[in-house]
Amino acid sequence: MVPLSYYLVLSGILFACGVIGFLIKRNIITIFMSIELMLNGVNLSFVAFAAHWHALAGQVFVFFVMVVAAAEAAVGLAIIIAVYRTRETLNVDQVNLLKL
Amino acid sequence: MTSSLNLWLIPVLPLAGAAINGFLGKKSSRTAVSTIGLVFPGAAFAWALLVAFRFSSLPQIPYQEYVAHWIRSGSFSADFTLYLDQLSLVMLLVVTGVGFLIHIYSVGYMWDDPSYYRFFSYLNLFMFFMLTLVLANNYLLMFIGWEGVGLASYLLIGFWFTKDSAASAGKKAFIVNRIGDFGFLIGLFLLIQHFTSLDFTKVFDSVAHLPTGVETETLLTTIGILLMVGACGKSAQIPLYVWLPDAMEGPTPVSALIHAATMVTAGVYMVARSHVIFERAPSALMVVAIIGTLTALFAATIGIAQTDIKKVLAYSTISQLGYMFMACGVGAFSAGIFHLMTHAFFKGLLFLAAGSVIHAVGGEQDMRKMGGLRSYIPITAATMGIATLAIAGIWPFAGFWSKDEILWKAYQANWVYWFIGLVTAFITSFYMFRLLFMTFAGDYRGAKVDEHGHGTHVNGDGDHGHGEPHESPMVMLVPLMILAFLSLFGGLVGVHNGFEHFLDPVFGSGEAAQGAGETASRGTEFLLMFVSVGVALLGAWLAYLLYVSKPYLPQKIADALGSFYDAVLNKYYVDELYAKLFVKPLIDGSTSILWQGVDRKVIDDTVNNAADGARHVSDEVRHMQSGNLRSYAGWIAAGSAAVIAYMIWLGVGR
Repeated sequence: MVPLSYYLVLSGILFACGVIGFLIKRNIITIFMSIELMLNGVNLSFVAFAAHWHALAGQVFVFFVMVVAAAEAAVGLAIIIAVYRTRETLNVDQVNLLKL
Repeated sequence: MTSSLNLWLIPVLPLAGAAINGFLGKKSSRTAVSTIGLVFPGAAFAWALLVAFRFSSLPQIPYQEYVAHWIRSGSFSADFTLYLDQLSLVMLLVVTGVGFLIHIYSVGYMWDDPSYYRFFSYLNLFMFFMLTLVLANNYLLMFIGWEGVGLASYLLIGFWFTKDSAASAGKKAFIVNRIGDFGFLIGLFLLIQHFTSLDFTKVFDSVAHLPTGVETETLLTTIGILLMVGACGKSAQIPLYVWLPDAMEGPTPVSALIHAATMVTAGVYMVARSHVIFERAPSALMVVAIIGTLTALFAATIGIAQTDIKKVLAYSTISQLGYMFMACGVGAFSAGIFHLMTHAFFKGLLFLAAGSVIHAVGGEQDMRKMGGLRSYIPITAATMGIATLAIAGIWPFAGFWSKDEILWKAYQANWVYWFIGLVTAFITSFYMFRLLFMTFAGDYRGAKVDEHGHGTHVNGDGDHGHGEPHESPMVMLVPLMILAFLSLFGGLVGVHNGFEHFLDPVFGSGEAAQGAGETASRGTEFLLMFVSVGVALLGAWLAYLLYVSKPYLPQKIADALGSFYDAVLNKYYVDELYAKLFVKPLIDGSTSILWQGVDRKVIDDTVNNAADGARHVSDEVRHMQSGNLRSYAGWIAAGSAAVIAYMIWLGVGR
């Protein structure tokens, strides 16, 4: 059996990849994908804990996160398309209308 | 409370006059302003007379009239209650009577002043506060009047506030008075602490029932001296007299009303009112007597060398107030009040006559530029002559009766007081006759008047180009004549101690016991009387010798006296001394410590540094908020990492 710590390390690596991607990428879609990566890193740790403790709560949470992520993807992609249509760019540094 | 006297009307009437003139006077005509300014104090005087007539039929003396309730706090209470006994009745009549005459006079004197309405508003306001002071039934209400007259005095001294000297004289009077008021207030606090009341009746009752002993005497002496400090401020006694000569910057009617006849006597009134306290505190009483005696002599000597006609009168006022305190100090309160009354007549008259003289010569106040005026302004000269005789204490003028009474009482207490009083009487007579001779005798020394000094003392017909001194209008002369009449005969109420017996119910039987001794030594009294009249005549003769028959002598004497004369001429350098001793250290201390030190280095710097610090921190911190989305994310990530690290550290630590 794979020990719990392996899952957690993988989960941490996934999450860190998400964070790093979020921080260093300029393309909105890549950033969006980084967010998904972070969510899934967390999901992994949820299910790992659920399996380890034989508790269903973790799995239930994963479903919630997935539902939210799906909804977020729908809204987020719509926003990205809208941004692209008006700004003709996906570079977040150039989407700076509110900046002084 | 049967058959109310409606005493409250007396102070409220002038207040109404002050309010009407103050608020509406600017747009009213001079006639309207003077009508209002005269009718209200006149009505107050009439009412006071009515009260005086009904006084003997009052069921109960002192009569108290409750007007409104004011302070009720725990066991302490002070109400707007008026108090009428023989003492306040005398003061009431003096204040309203002399005050009303001076109001009439002011109509003529101030006619051409642009702020005519303001003057009458202030005068009426002053009357209101003075009457409050006199009619109060507790020290707190008295204190309101006390402060109020100080305010009115400040406003009126600085009436021509565009003139720098007038403005600063007003401030000086106010500030010097504050020092006295401070003592008065502390005295009141002590009264509250020990008697939980400020009502005259209650306090005096408690004082009378205090057990004899060192403790009681210490307490009462402390209170008495503190009250005397207050009286020193208001009544211009050593060491707080310095404001009064400067107060002559105000219009002359103000000098007459406030700084001679009424307000400055408030201190005497207060001491007389508190006689119960003072009688049980012999040391405090002695302080009063010594201060009074010294002031009388000191101010009189300064009066000799002054050349400003109003300054001479100012110092003579201080000196006469000294007499009143001397009387109070030897326990002869009724003699003090008697002198207060006669002094109000003749000093009011002197000032008004001086105002008439100043008016006549077009604003000139220097006596060296007067002279020979008796043929130009005979009525003024005659009335002023009467007043001079009265203040010099020559029989049978008013001043003789009261001054002689004081000297007699002083002699009974201690011959030193009497002797100094006698010397002062000699000096008084000398400088008053000097004033009279310099002003009215000889030849006119002034230049023909072409332009008016202040632009304020012009007579009504707008005749600017008058070269000759001219007599004042009738509206100014009538008050002079009435006051001259009072200065002539006002003293007769004191014949056979009539005045003293009238005040007996107030000051108690202490003096009645003295009366027994008095009959025994009536011979001595007559002797002293002749001595004092003789001394007064001597002073007059000396003044005649120096200023009429041998006018070259004064300069020679002045040269012979040298530096002493200079000291007297410069008022013993007291103002300079105070400036060095108190004013300069205060200014220096305020500048270097309070202003440059505390205000700039502590308060300003605290505020400025706080602001600077906030700006510096913000300057640094604002770089965080760059608007760059990814840097925000970085901060969030770093923050979360820090939180997680902390949690882990917590977990490890446990």
